[in-house]
Amino acid sequence: MAKPMDQYKWHELNVGCVIEEVGNASEYLTGDWRSSKPVWTDEKCIKCGLCWLYCPDAAVFRKDDGLFTANLNYCKGCGICAKECKPGAIKMVEEER
Amino acid sequence: MKKGIEVSIAASIAAQLARVEVVAAYPITPQTHIVEHLSELVADGKLDAVYINVESEHSAMSACCGSSAAGARTFTSTSSQGMELMHEILFIASGMRLPIVMAAVNRALSSPLSIWGDHSDIMAARDTGWIMLFCENGQEVVDSTIMAFRIAEDRRVLLPIMVNLDGFSLSHVIEPIEFPSQEEVDAFLPPYNPLYTLHPDKPLTMGAYAMPELYTEAKYAQEMALINSKDVIVEIMNDFTKAFGRRYMPVETYNADNADFVYIALGSIGENIKTAIHDMKGQGKEAGLVSLRLFRPFPADELLSVLKDKKRIAVIERAMPGGAANAPLFQEIASLMYTNGINVKIENYILGLGGRDVLPETFIDIYDGVAHTGSTVPVKEKNYDVIGVRG
Repeated sequence: MAKPMDQYKWHELNVGCVIEEVGNASEYLTGDWRSSKPVWTDEKCIKCGLCWLYCPDAAVFRKDDGLFTANLNYCKGCGICAKECKPGAIKMVEEER
Repeated sequence: MKKGIEVSIAASIAAQLARVEVVAAYPITPQTHIVEHLSELVADGKLDAVYINVESEHSAMSACCGSSAAGARTFTSTSSQGMELMHEILFIASGMRLPIVMAAVNRALSSPLSIWGDHSDIMAARDTGWIMLFCENGQEVVDSTIMAFRIAEDRRVLLPIMVNLDGFSLSHVIEPIEFPSQEEVDAFLPPYNPLYTLHPDKPLTMGAYAMPELYTEAKYAQEMALINSKDVIVEIMNDFTKAFGRRYMPVETYNADNADFVYIALGSIGENIKTAIHDMKGQGKEAGLVSLRLFRPFPADELLSVLKDKKRIAVIERAMPGGAANAPLFQEIASLMYTNGINVKIENYILGLGGRDVLPETFIDIYDGVAHTGSTVPVKEKNYDVIGVRG
């Protein structure tokens, strides 16, 4: 968005709130919602990619070394990756802020 | 030249004259001949449109939203339970500012099961953000349908619009109706030129969600569009008069200038009231009719200018209040009077429910203050009269 959401005036919105800018959902950092985050134990990881496959927010990504981690800007901490990880390489850890 | 024709068929011919491109509808009771005849026109190659036969009214309005978003001139029709089933999508059509035109055939709601005429369906949908026109006769249905496309698609409006016509007492009645020629309609109604369309060459997002930071601004913008549409509606009604000779206004009156007492009503019942007013003149009684051709946006200024000097107002309604203090139209009229400091006697009469016949004599009884409810049960506090209920 051209400016933060809370600065738009009503007459500045497009008719029907149409969004002409492609892909601007990425500007909204949904990771703010998180209360716990996934932490990988790389030694246990078998690089199967189930965490990447199951992540409903596409927040899990594969690093250059073939291991996985989450982009915490978008990870909502749902824990699906930890639940699906067969070797138990992912633990959900409570966030401290 | 006038043609004797069923009003439902006439409404579909009006949509044909408007060159609709997509019709999505669900063909089951309480549907009318409107979409049935449109499907015949499409099947016979007389109307170059896509007819989407969907599996429910919810899907009908959803398909209409999709086709309108894609830039097609879109029409549908519903009634009674069908309108209830599409209720959720009515808000989506108006929020997304999609200029869909719908013929709303006003009928009762179950239970008890009834497919007869009254205003239960539309009163339950009155605050869905649609522009709403009401018609007194078949000619008004045809003219309003043609006007509706031009109003809805105007860049200053971009809102969906319902053309309301009473179930059976209009929809299934054969009336003499004058149809404009295709050339005349084409000259009045240009092709739809959408502001935004769903197209792969220019991706955009419609119907996205709004966070608490934006929702209020979004709904305010929508409300402003609806309120401001009134000036455009008046302008287009005036253009229609220039093009076709028949005059339309947001609020229409009959003998109201001469009378201290007026009835306020929506739809075809206005014609019965006019008959009563005419008959009363012979008895030395003066009454007038104030008929809302435009119900949404609420034509407050026009109503005020007609009602400000009246001594007594009878608001006639065809829907139960559902536990509210009064029926819906009364509440809006009473609130309009109160907030403008006008102290006038306002009465609320509910009649004609579920297809119950209402004779002109009833309105003379209302004038005389002797319209009886038939009830023998003494009522302590009474905000409205239900005319004709047996007690």
